Amino acid sequence: MAEKKHKLLEVKGLTMDFGGLRAVDSVSLEVHEGEIAALIGPNGAGKTTFFNCVTGIYNPTKGDILLHPKGLETRRLNGLKPNKVTEMGLARTFQNIRLFSDMTVLENVMIGRHCRTKSGIFRSIVRGKAVLEEEQFIVESSYQLLEKVGLEDFANEFSKNLPYGAQRRLEIARAMATDPFLLLLDEPAAGMNPQETSDLDQLICKISTEEQIAILLIEHDMKLVMNISNPIYVMEYGKKIAEGSPQEIKDNPKVIEAYLGEEVDA
Amino acid sequence: MEYFLELFLGGTTRGSIYALIALGYTMVYGIIQLINFAHGEIYMIGAFVALIVAGVCTIYGLSGVSILILAGVIAVIYASAYGYTLEKIAYRPLRGAPRLSPLISAIGMSIFLQNYVLLAQTSDFLPFPRLIPEFAFMEPVAHIIGSPELVILVTTFITMILLTLLIKKTKVGKAMRATQQDMSMARLVGVNVDRIISLTFVIGSALAAIGGVLVASYIGQVNFYIGFLAGVKAFTAAVLGGIGSIPGAVLGGLVLGWAESFAAGYISSDYEDVFTFGLLVLILILRPSGILGKARKQKV
Amino acid sequence: MLQDFKKSILVSIWFVFLTFPLMVVRVNTMDQVVIWRWMNLVWVAIGSFILSYLWRYMLSRKQARTKVAEEGGDTRTKLQLLLEDMNFRYKAMGVILVLILIFPLVFDTYQSTIMISALIYVVLGLGLNISVGLAGLLDLGYVAFFGVGAYTYALLNHHFDLGFWITLPIGGVLGCLLGVVLGFPILRLRGDYLAIVTLGFGMIFKVVMENWDALSFGPSGIANIDRPSFFGMDLSLANSTIYIYYIMIAMVIFTILITNRLKNSRIGRAWIALREDEIACVAMGIDMAKTKLSAYALGAFWAGMVGVLFASKTTFINPASFTFMESAIILSIVVLGGMGSILGVILGAFILILLPEYMRAFSEYRMLAFGAAMVLMMIFRPQGIISNLRQTYEYKGTKEKTDNG
Repeated sequence: MAEKKHKLLEVKGLTMDFGGLRAVDSVSLEVHEGEIAALIGPNGAGKTTFFNCVTGIYNPTKGDILLHPKGLETRRLNGLKPNKVTEMGLARTFQNIRLFSDMTVLENVMIGRHCRTKSGIFRSIVRGKAVLEEEQFIVESSYQLLEKVGLEDFANEFSKNLPYGAQRRLEIARAMATDPFLLLLDEPAAGMNPQETSDLDQLICKISTEEQIAILLIEHDMKLVMNISNPIYVMEYGKKIAEGSPQEIKDNPKVIEAYLGEEVDA
Repeated sequence: MEYFLELFLGGTTRGSIYALIALGYTMVYGIIQLINFAHGEIYMIGAFVALIVAGVCTIYGLSGVSILILAGVIAVIYASAYGYTLEKIAYRPLRGAPRLSPLISAIGMSIFLQNYVLLAQTSDFLPFPRLIPEFAFMEPVAHIIGSPELVILVTTFITMILLTLLIKKTKVGKAMRATQQDMSMARLVGVNVDRIISLTFVIGSALAAIGGVLVASYIGQVNFYIGFLAGVKAFTAAVLGGIGSIPGAVLGGLVLGWAESFAAGYISSDYEDVFTFGLLVLILILRPSGILGKARKQKV
Repeated sequence: MLQDFKKSILVSIWFVFLTFPLMVVRVNTMDQVVIWRWMNLVWVAIGSFILSYLWRYMLSRKQARTKVAEEGGDTRTKLQLLLEDMNFRYKAMGVILVLILIFPLVFDTYQSTIMISALIYVVLGLGLNISVGLAGLLDLGYVAFFGVGAYTYALLNHHFDLGFWITLPIGGVLGCLLGVVLGFPILRLRGDYLAIVTLGFGMIFKVVMENWDALSFGPSGIANIDRPSFFGMDLSLANSTIYIYYIMIAMVIFTILITNRLKNSRIGRAWIALREDEIACVAMGIDMAKTKLSAYALGAFWAGMVGVLFASKTTFINPASFTFMESAIILSIVVLGGMGSILGVILGAFILILLPEYMRAFSEYRMLAFGAAMVLMMIFRPQGIISNLRQTYEYKGTKEKTDNG
């Protein structure tokens, strides 16, 4: 890390309380341009809650979430609605797949284009030339995204009929359709077999390099994390207990303790 | 002051009935997050069965309080049976379906049961015999509170105590609380969740039937449509108190009863129902978790 | 086999027990006699025995279907395949259009009147379909918007002598405005709470109309509302009915056209996404409040407009026309027809409105059947008679493809 890279996301002292329970306890984290950062930790460590705070689903109790888009001014994300966060260029996937199951695969991706297009009710009724062109643009760009994640053959299938691994990839394509510069992936490899995981591994790297999208991922699959991500942040019981390169994390006694104390296969 | 007291006690009577019905809504919602839209109909069926039993008994020469008790017991049995069957037919096949499906099914059931009673019996208001005697010792305060009101208050009070004991002290009650907290966890530790859900419907229906019998003998008439309005009002009570919370349902019922009674007594009785619905709408909008309810965070 | 038989016998006994007091006993308190209707018991026994077999059969069929779907098989019925055939669709549409157009010329005024009310429900169904079917907002007080339209015309006509054509858009816009006003505070609510709040709105509307005599003339309603005038001419009842019939046809076509366009637009997709998963939907950058509000208000617009027509058709309205039962009927049209499906809703309206009209013996059991249909549809065919066909899109893609594209 010789050159100083542009900082995209900066979270400072993020804290989230549910009633008396502190799910996230002053966690700070940064994601820079071109990075694939990872957030790991045992189950219940507060990783998904952290994601939910950053993406506007929860309003954090304390702390700052700052987004520094390139060439634009810094925005504080605290308290913004999820759709505003997405509009700002930060998209996400869900741990428990949340596709629009009664829509086709292509339509799922097209939904992602919603916030980047603008036809309203009246113009959709009149269906003028501009609307038709926009519509065609949505279709084409969505289809291209499907090609990128390798789902183009399923474009007109209902998304609920896709196999599990494909559903996860579709979630990624849908998130990418919102034109993000930072992508948050919540356990993208969960439930995948080794072959699917290694495909995913490549896909994530491809997104990072070819699309210039920085990535922050939560993952339990240590092989995947150690292969592709740097830096790695480790959480336990709501607190950040370590951060650093994969090698540093592997050697960190706190991390070893956290994992050995919890589960062996993680 | 006396007028105030009269309204207050009238409101309490009304409210305790709402509370009885509201308990059914709240218990079911607590466990399967379903607004059991047909619950009001169970209450109506309870009242109708009681009416039929009481009618038959009167014609065959029985009289007095024994009829009331017999009618009440049979009404409770039947309402429970209907509640049980309702859950089995209309809701159980829809476990895991999209959230609106069981609600639409419940609305369908409500319409079905109303029309079933309409067709099987009649659309007219049927007179319900006055089975609650006038107690002599109530004479001095009769202008403020009558004997029927007293019976309603005492019955509801006893019922609530029994319900609380059931939920707090028995093994079944423990299983019910466990299922309410976390259904899959309860299943893992060996609770028969399906049975607990059935039981919840049975208990809720029994309470509604008690309410139905009390109201019917108090107001003196019954028809197929009484369940709808009572249902909406009791639901309002349940939401007011905080849906899912049992003390909440009781509190909500009482608050609603008082509010209605005072509004009708001091403002105008024309808009009594508007008042209730307005209250319902306002609570749902402003404080959907109710007075005693806890805000639930949706899991993402 | 034997086990099934035993089960059905048990079900039968259970239902005999369950229905005994209500179906058999009838107390006549006036004459102090009890009427015992034992025959009913036999019907219940036989009926529930047969139905329990049917129930099991349907359940097993449903399970088989979901299994096929899970294995990626084709679960479309023959009817669906036929409907997806564009060629057939155009031909069928042409035939139906001709039939519809000549209908009032062939049949008498009475028949036309029935058709008009069916068409009114078609538009109401399509309007409600926007909020319930597409956006997933269960609206149980939809009839209030219908009532607003009807009262708008009745009052404007009564006080200011305004005509049908001027009031038609006013009714729609007022319905829409009410939709926005009511919709705004309730958008944050979860699905089932929203349903109850809208139910409350519907009830409040009716009670207010019943009691606010100065505005609405109370329960006695408003009479002598003008029928639509034909270029300034007043028509005879028969001609006027035919005229209204054609207005209604135009309105149905207009509604179909617009809902169809919206359904397959950027907005329509957002509605459907909202129905499928609210959280994922906002996480994809869709403004939930705006999207919900537009669906709710647009549905209200149609109800308001068709309300104007309803008032002009019946020439008399009172609050009794705007009960919860009406909302429930419209909802069952949408549910039965197929949530989100335009064709399904049209079919649903015709079945639910015309069947009881033409089968008089059956009309007593109308609401009973509606209720049962709603339950059964949810259990066995939640997608309705005609499930929603999704638009497929043409795309070129960047890679050269030889097979599909």
